[in-house]
Amino acid sequence: MVSMRFSIYRYDPDKDSQPYMKDYEIDGLETDMMLLDALKMIKAQDESLSFRHSCGEGVCGSDAVNINGSNGLACITPLSSLKTPVEVRPLPGQPVIRDLVVDMSQFYKQYRAVKPYLVVKDPMPEVEFRQSPEEREELDGLYECILCGCCSTACPSFWWNPDKFLGPAALLQACRFLSDSRDQATEERLDDLEDAYKLFRCHTIMNCAQVCPKGLNPTEAIGKIKQKMTKQLI
Amino acid sequence: MSVDIEKRRFDTLVIGAGGGGLRAALQLAQDDAAVAVVSKVFPTRSHTVAAQGGMNAALANVVPDNWHWHMYDTVKGSDYLGDQDAIEYMCRAASRLVIELEHFGVPFSRLENGKIYQRPFGGQSQDFGGDQASRTCAAADRTGHAILHALYQQNIRAKTHFFDEYFAIDLLKDDEGYVQGALVISIETGEPLIIEAKTTLLATGGAGQLYRTNTNARINTGDGMGMALRAGIPLQDMEFVQFHPTGIAGKGMLITEGARGEGCYLINKDGERFMERYAPHAKDLASRDVVSRAIATEVREGRGCGPDGNYVLLKLEHLGADVIHKRLPGIHSMVKTFLHIDAVEEPIPVFPTCHYSMGGIPTNRYGQVVVPELQGAEEPVPGLYAVGECACVSVHGANRLGGNSLLDIVVFGRAAGNHIIEFLRESRYHRALNNDSVDRALARLARWDKKGGGETVDGLRSELQRTMEEYCGVFRTEDIMQEGVNKVLALEKRLADVTLSDHSKVFNTARIEALELENLMEVAVAAVISALARKESRGAHSRIDYPQRDDERWLKHTLFIKEGKQLDYKPVRMKPISVESFPPKERVY
Repeated sequence: MVSMRFSIYRYDPDKDSQPYMKDYEIDGLETDMMLLDALKMIKAQDESLSFRHSCGEGVCGSDAVNINGSNGLACITPLSSLKTPVEVRPLPGQPVIRDLVVDMSQFYKQYRAVKPYLVVKDPMPEVEFRQSPEEREELDGLYECILCGCCSTACPSFWWNPDKFLGPAALLQACRFLSDSRDQATEERLDDLEDAYKLFRCHTIMNCAQVCPKGLNPTEAIGKIKQKMTKQLI
Repeated sequence: MSVDIEKRRFDTLVIGAGGGGLRAALQLAQDDAAVAVVSKVFPTRSHTVAAQGGMNAALANVVPDNWHWHMYDTVKGSDYLGDQDAIEYMCRAASRLVIELEHFGVPFSRLENGKIYQRPFGGQSQDFGGDQASRTCAAADRTGHAILHALYQQNIRAKTHFFDEYFAIDLLKDDEGYVQGALVISIETGEPLIIEAKTTLLATGGAGQLYRTNTNARINTGDGMGMALRAGIPLQDMEFVQFHPTGIAGKGMLITEGARGEGCYLINKDGERFMERYAPHAKDLASRDVVSRAIATEVREGRGCGPDGNYVLLKLEHLGADVIHKRLPGIHSMVKTFLHIDAVEEPIPVFPTCHYSMGGIPTNRYGQVVVPELQGAEEPVPGLYAVGECACVSVHGANRLGGNSLLDIVVFGRAAGNHIIEFLRESRYHRALNNDSVDRALARLARWDKKGGGETVDGLRSELQRTMEEYCGVFRTEDIMQEGVNKVLALEKRLADVTLSDHSKVFNTARIEALELENLMEVAVAAVISALARKESRGAHSRIDYPQRDDERWLKHTLFIKEGKQLDYKPVRMKPISVESFPPKERVY
């Protein structure tokens, strides 16, 4: 059993004129606990703390927050890996609704903008499309995205142009469909991305790949899209 | 007071954005129905996302198979409590719907010939109880994620209207019993909203949060089941709670049955592969109820592993790094994160963990909610549908087979969508809204404005979870369950004294958790009372004092009615649609 100090970003527009950091000293933590366990213990003491969380195992993507300056999922961030006091803030660059809860509308809008669905123009067969294991492997590292928002909200290009630059998460999805042997909209997808901002505002800073809790690499995916574009031009 | 509230009007309201809700919504949106999906979380955060192993369909891509064998396995797996018409319907539809999902973009793993990869799962056989089948279509060990995202993406394409982060308070119902939509609140603003609809579909998922150790997400609080009970609709077969054999010991995270499908097996402290004693033929791939009881028995009889002897080990090192990285990558990374174990080198400590509710809101195979009419035949509740884990259609009976829940949600999500389309053709107009039911729903909400230092939501919920675990677990007896009923009823009484300290309107998660606890409590009462009454052992309901199945007295579905906390029963539908019935026989694996 250990005790740890936390400093948590608090803001309730219903009663606070401005945000502030609130300190909590939490006892009774086990060494193998995750940050989410600590947040839940804080909430048990102070139920006014709001944050999103659900699956608790890193697959639903609800509890992305900024932890000691770096984005991550609270449920799979071990307390033992954190320097104290642990500073927990909302994801950067997004409007704060309350405490650790941010408004992700812009993030979702950019996701929708890349037409994140399989497009097939041929008549649908009565059986599955054939896809070789090698073709399927092209999707590994792309389809696993959980839309937690860690990457896009860690990206300076996305902070500056959240409405024009699609951001790493949406571009990863674009690459996922461009890489799918079943998809028949490659040309339109690439044409849609041909613009000074949507794709090309990526300056390969690579914050996205560094923070992705699923170990995905959006920068690499963006590079792949650029290659496909060049190929199309030739 | 109801007159001041904003109203929106749709043809159909879908509550819940997991696989069942999204599949139904897609069917409706593609038919140009005006459909609203209300979800308390952003759709891809719904619990379908956590399903790992796969979805059953007799594609026969790996070994010979057909839907009739799948039907036999499902009936047997259900310990003969499943309704055979619904099971036939589901198993027949399975192949077509998996292919449809593939066309929607689901990135299924592939075989060398390019077809969908299928793995063996528990309780599956070829030729009515013969050799192990290979029926579970998988996208590595992230099948639920792959399916949920693809269904959400198709709904984006179909321009379905989403109310993300809205919480449903209660169903609205007129005096003639027509369901007219629901009162919901925006979690972000705390403002109530009336969503009027000619048809309402509940797809709110399960109630795994009833138990302290569970494989479920925090959001699985039985919201639709609670709403149904408050609307006077009974819950069916709530005593049947599935304990998944392989939850991470002490923590609860799920280790897919697909691990055993790929060749992992369980050992006790002596290194013995003990499933050979309990299920000589199927061994580690026996039905979940059988494997869970075997693990609990090993531990009870002193053959558990670890310093406290309170778990067994799932051995997978022999699969080799290649298979583990290719077929079980999610499991590999999860045990690394939570146990600091490299699954390529070390076994995983596991113990049965609350996983799935076989029971739920009674429906027919069109997804219509049905209730008994004055001891007579069942009648649909006009305008109300339910699918998925919150519903009981009943394809899982007393024990669900692994790989059948992803199937259940897409099959009956689609079936309900189709039936709703028919219903809408005959129902051109919205009926006049019943303001009394709006006021009742508002009163439920207003109750939480009460101030004063009573008990806390967190405290009462923890106590409820511990009580359910202790008094309504894998093995059950009369005395223990009677004590459980007393304790749960006492907790239910204390719920009235719980108050909130946070009364902010904006994104008040404390208030949402309070409303969720009310739903959980409704479901807990239904579960313990239903369980105490069933004096036999069947599927997941395993009684030490009544170890045998008793078809003469208990081959029937339980119905729990909130008013007066009464029980009623109805017959199992033994007659399939087109094939011969599978009569009950001894169930061995």
